[in-house]
Amino acid sequence: MKRFLRSAVVAGAVAIGATVVTGQVVPELAYDANVDVVQFPVYGEVAGVATDSRGNIYAYVRAGMPTATLGHERTFYHGHSRLFKFDSTGKFIREVANGTYAADFAQNVRVDAKDNVWMVDAGSNMVVQYDSEGRFVQVYGRKPESIPVRPGPGVPARAIDPLPMPAPVAPGAAAAPGMPAVPPGTGVRGDSFNRPTDVAWDKAGNAYIADGFGNNNRIAKFGPDGNFIDSWGRTGSNPGEFNGVRGVAVDAAGNIYVADAGNRRIQVLNPQGKYLRAITGVGAPMAICLTNSSPQYLYSSNSNDPERLDNGEIYKIALNGSIVGRFGRAGKIAREFSVVNGLDCRSDNNLLVAEIGNWRVQRVTVKR
Amino acid sequence: MMRRFTSYVVVGLLLGAGPAFAQEAKAKATTPEIPYDSVSFLKMPADGSVYMGEGIGVATSSKGQVYVITRSGESRVFEFDPQGNFVKEFGKESYGYGFAHAVRVDKDDNVWSVDEGSNVILKYNPAGKLLMVLGKRPDPLDQIVSMPGGAPFSGANRPYSFHRPTDIAWDPQGNIFVSDGYTDARIVKYDANGRFIKSAGTRGNGDLQFSTPHGIAVDLQGNVYVADRGNRRIVVLDNDLNQKTVYDHVGAPWGICISLGSPQYLYSTNSIGTAVDQPSQERTGEIYKMTLDGKVVGRFGSAGKALKQFASTHTMDCRDPNVVYTAEIQGWRIQKNTLRPEQMRSPSND
Repeated sequence: MKRFLRSAVVAGAVAIGATVVTGQVVPELAYDANVDVVQFPVYGEVAGVATDSRGNIYAYVRAGMPTATLGHERTFYHGHSRLFKFDSTGKFIREVANGTYAADFAQNVRVDAKDNVWMVDAGSNMVVQYDSEGRFVQVYGRKPESIPVRPGPGVPARAIDPLPMPAPVAPGAAAAPGMPAVPPGTGVRGDSFNRPTDVAWDKAGNAYIADGFGNNNRIAKFGPDGNFIDSWGRTGSNPGEFNGVRGVAVDAAGNIYVADAGNRRIQVLNPQGKYLRAITGVGAPMAICLTNSSPQYLYSSNSNDPERLDNGEIYKIALNGSIVGRFGRAGKIAREFSVVNGLDCRSDNNLLVAEIGNWRVQRVTVKR
Repeated sequence: MMRRFTSYVVVGLLLGAGPAFAQEAKAKATTPEIPYDSVSFLKMPADGSVYMGEGIGVATSSKGQVYVITRSGESRVFEFDPQGNFVKEFGKESYGYGFAHAVRVDKDDNVWSVDEGSNVILKYNPAGKLLMVLGKRPDPLDQIVSMPGGAPFSGANRPYSFHRPTDIAWDPQGNIFVSDGYTDARIVKYDANGRFIKSAGTRGNGDLQFSTPHGIAVDLQGNVYVADRGNRRIVVLDNDLNQKTVYDHVGAPWGICISLGSPQYLYSTNSIGTAVDQPSQERTGEIYKMTLDGKVVGRFGSAGKALKQFASTHTMDCRDPNVVYTAEIQGWRIQKNTLRPEQMRSPSND
């Protein structure tokens, strides 16, 4: 009955071009969309999209399933996500890091202030930094060496290497010998990621990695030299706790915006990682981006589930948390969005939208 | 025609199986045959760049173009002109191709592929541009953690087969020494022609036992140095693989190397583990320089990712004792480290 009432209210609001969310009237923003942004050399799920300072476009694409190599003693896996670079007209220029060890399941791509390109891969649990010419710079995290054993008949399941293998740390898992116990879902202090999703930087060049939709639920901070500095967060729903970190952004003041999708909120942390406030009323933030404009705005996608074509709208949000407006809905034609996984928004009203559901990059121009 | 035949079968089934088969046999026996000719239609490119696998689907457009979906390494969709000449490929290397099942052309000549391996249906316009995606390929993350594979410790100790071997070295006579390895725990010696001489070592932490012998080096006298990483020691063997002594004061030796010239020096890296927590960064990362009797001359380096730091040094080269090349697992790089031992200060000056 309660659900019915809410639906009725929403339907009424849509009819007059606005939506009521937690008492706030959210205007519908007019927008144009172009689905012919880039010419892909290979079609696949577009997990992330990013632009550099010269207008070049990068897209990180799931272009095939990881391939298992049947070794004599172990089974290895590699490929087949691919990072493509296009010029500002969308013409394909080149592939970056073709065949690299880390590209197993594309999750995101971001470009930092120096036009370095950061590949975020949830299959290998790695984040890899390349320079603007595609040369390797730095790597964060490490892929498990091989696929873990599923014991067959007569084969006991046990570790064979006396050194710790990079297995995900389950909530409440016992710590390594000699180490303090790990609280549930905090991850290991370091760069052992579990399904990382995003990376952002402050003005000093520190990197903040969103880790992730596994069970780490933290933001990990690294210095410009690549060394681990600190990490914040754990699994949960209290302030400073996360339930599926889907994105991270850092504003000009150094505040950190965390897309806490499972808790349907964007949490704002100060530069020291202390909880400041939460932005709600924007659905589940599955992808976020922060504009370079002044003032800065945050965009957040309430992406649809792959099994449904509901939600799908994108919100424009002021940094104080007030919602400027929303646009779009889930669907399979132009101007609609399906399973948005990445957003890029250098300027105030221009976005690139990476769609897992529609295998494309869509350019959206929001009208004032 | 097909539909009518199916109806007969259904009716037949309702009456019982026997009459259905009788109906089928009767149709074949009594229906006049239609004369026909056949050609093998597809003219694949002569350069062999495109080829057929299992023929799974075929469809034609209003313009007479012919589309084929085939099971190749993965699925592929080809277009041919009305004469059968190859025109182009649709969705080359696409994520939607795993195991082909059908290709169809709609009334607007859009081309649709149906793939039962990826569970994805793709719609292309006649130019081959992707217009729509139906279905979702299951994310591979679950499969990554549940595939069969891997093997326990074997201890098989076979003369001519290894079990995840780790390193190799040679003595001045050219004899070959292999550290083997993760799922065996031994050193294997071959002559210069690759003929098995002997192997030594079992799993454990006693004499002539190893826990992941991870590296090996041989000095100019033919002594063998084994980086017994799991036991955090270097085990020194003579040329016949008898144990001589143990150095256990330089951490876990991930990689070792011995310089040429005289005197020779032994380098060993106490590398930071991969996927470890931050505190261990302070306990690891340094590389030790020793004389061959195990006396530490000095050390350099720390764990980390910056230049002059080491992110899990895996192996080293030290042909020149003052030029140490390091390969780092998590640095994805090779550093050339030039040492200046003549500028060392003795500890008493610190």
